[in-house]
Amino acid sequence: MAKRVGIEVSLAISEAVKLANVDVIAAYPITPQTHIVEHLSELVADGHLDAEFIPVESEHSAMSTCCGSSASGARTYTATCSQGQALMLEICYIAPALRLPIVMTVANRSLSGPISIWNDHSDMMMSRDTGWIQTVAENGQEAFDLTLHAFRVAEDPRVLLPTIVNVDGFTLTHVIEPIEILDQKEVDRYLPPYQPQMRLDPTNPVSIGPVGMPEVYTEAKKAQDEAIKGAKQVILEAWQEFGDMFGRYYKPVETYRTDGAETLLVTMGSLSETAMIAVDQMRTDGKNVGLVRLRLFRPFPFEEFLAAVRGVKQIAVMDRALGLNGAGGPLATEVKAALYDEPERPYIWNYVAGLAGRDVTIENFVEMADGVEAAAADGVRQGYTIINVRE
Amino acid sequence: MKTASETLKDFQKFTPKKLPVEEPLAPGHRACQGCGEVVALRQVMKALGNNVIVVSATGCMEIISSPYPQSAWRVPWLHVAFENAAAVASGVEAAHKAMIRKGRLEDKNTTFLAIAGDGGTADIGIQALSGALERGHNFIYVCLDNEAYMNTGIQRSSSTPYGAGTTTSPPGKKSIGQQTWKKNMPAIAAAHDIPYVATGSPAYYIDLMNKVKKASLVEGPAYLHLYSPCPTGWRCAVEDSIQTARLVVQTKIFPLYEVIDGKYRLSRKIKKPKPVSDYLKIQRRFSHLTEEDIAMIQERVDRDYDRLLKLCGVSEE
Repeated sequence: MAKRVGIEVSLAISEAVKLANVDVIAAYPITPQTHIVEHLSELVADGHLDAEFIPVESEHSAMSTCCGSSASGARTYTATCSQGQALMLEICYIAPALRLPIVMTVANRSLSGPISIWNDHSDMMMSRDTGWIQTVAENGQEAFDLTLHAFRVAEDPRVLLPTIVNVDGFTLTHVIEPIEILDQKEVDRYLPPYQPQMRLDPTNPVSIGPVGMPEVYTEAKKAQDEAIKGAKQVILEAWQEFGDMFGRYYKPVETYRTDGAETLLVTMGSLSETAMIAVDQMRTDGKNVGLVRLRLFRPFPFEEFLAAVRGVKQIAVMDRALGLNGAGGPLATEVKAALYDEPERPYIWNYVAGLAGRDVTIENFVEMADGVEAAAADGVRQGYTIINVRE
Repeated sequence: MKTASETLKDFQKFTPKKLPVEEPLAPGHRACQGCGEVVALRQVMKALGNNVIVVSATGCMEIISSPYPQSAWRVPWLHVAFENAAAVASGVEAAHKAMIRKGRLEDKNTTFLAIAGDGGTADIGIQALSGALERGHNFIYVCLDNEAYMNTGIQRSSSTPYGAGTTTSPPGKKSIGQQTWKKNMPAIAAAHDIPYVATGSPAYYIDLMNKVKKASLVEGPAYLHLYSPCPTGWRCAVEDSIQTARLVVQTKIFPLYEVIDGKYRLSRKIKKPKPVSDYLKIQRRFSHLTEEDIAMIQERVDRDYDRLLKLCGVSEE
């Protein structure tokens, strides 16, 4: 039977990885991912998890080791963030191209410089087009559930793609929450052992990672594009089944009090819970404001997103990363692109907030909703604002 | 855990009459005419047989053997990137260890082999290699040393010998060419206190293959540094490829030795060494060197060889 316990979110993620009975963990320490891998190494040291824990000498080697392990047919896990993810980025592009179902937690953190260990989504945005499936957790329970979901989706023979679960560093990884930890029987029912379609085996030799000459490179990329687009159906099925088994249903795009809303806030990650309180408050004040949160970031859930925002007058998109391209935040750019083909497009303003752990308060969300309404009334175009910044 | 010397006590050597017929690396690959690197790799693979998983770094051997949809590999082969062969092999080895322990895989005593060039080993891959050696994975790492970045067009590496002309160490009015002495990779590998380190040359193929076999038998990491002639990059005659591989040993420039459990052992004592000029003069990468330059190289080669003799406990004659 599942047990509800007060546990640090990082530890709950490690427990999910243990329950997934992984074979190999290769990891390099980086704040704020450390508690996850520390706890996993304890679980291995104490014999609670039968796995090889490889304390590699860098994140680049962490992902490389994961590739070797996954290609051998082992269930493989790692965790990182920020600079670590930047260092392994080269291999993060290769893992999905080799169709290796590695699961990785990213304890989202800002990127240097200036160096900062605090939470934002710069790393998530940096890796957004690497070809990994990416989900985003809002709270500890979701971090636990999405980790199991990640293995289930990644290893599905129809998918075979590596999967990232994004978890906000510190504000989520380091808090203690009441989390329902499923028991081994329940997890085994949801997540069968990994059955690799192909693996390095001397009795059935295959060459993995060959040279792609111009005659085949485009075809290889098209196949990969189809794989990640096609993964969505499996992601949805795996969430449906999770809900049917354990009572917690997840959707690629979650909505909160969007009925009859004229203005929507769009968020990702743990700040969504603050945004919900802001929406409650604004609704009490008679404002028609709702909230849309992206749970699935890659592949981008175009269909569900458009359905969630259709008919509203204006949208305030909150980005926890700055694009440094003159267009504001990356999420807003994507939201705008998603809406381009709509016959009736809402007005959009982008708020860049919460960089490197800077607080985003309930008042800030009210400010965003009021701001987008005012900007829409003025008809200002292509705008973004960095909020909570000293001029 | 057995030491390497215990494991190798009753070592069954290859002999010229008893060479394996298997060719895990098939002919028909796209290596240059006269490529000595692919000859060395063929010898490695013949010595290991078919019960092996190969992890390859990006480089000449990777591109010549795997232009999709063709592959010269009759054994499982994985290529991920340039600098990470040792890390990828770590994952392959650990995965097998875990799956065998958990009863998910039968233990077939498979050998795990990582191959990389000198750039992939001594430069960009040295960190991943050091990590894998330090962690003690049971695998063989083979550096196929052709003394420059040949795949990208003959750029210098830290393994390029002093004085050699490459496209990024061109000799000119202000430069001799490569201005630094070759990095001593086998010594760096040996400093990790691993059970087995050896050097090999494809001109001495029985010696090379025996070392590969030994490397596969010892428990823990083994490092092999194999001299790999590149007529294309060295600007020598293609038919001189194996000749350079012989001369480099006979001139004491690239001595053949083993380091077993930290103990150095000379594989072949050069009783009547040839002058380094015999080796240098057949390669146009050295054609600009003056008599004084060559004398300086001779001096350095003598010094390094004497040091090696001391490490091997062999007295000078």
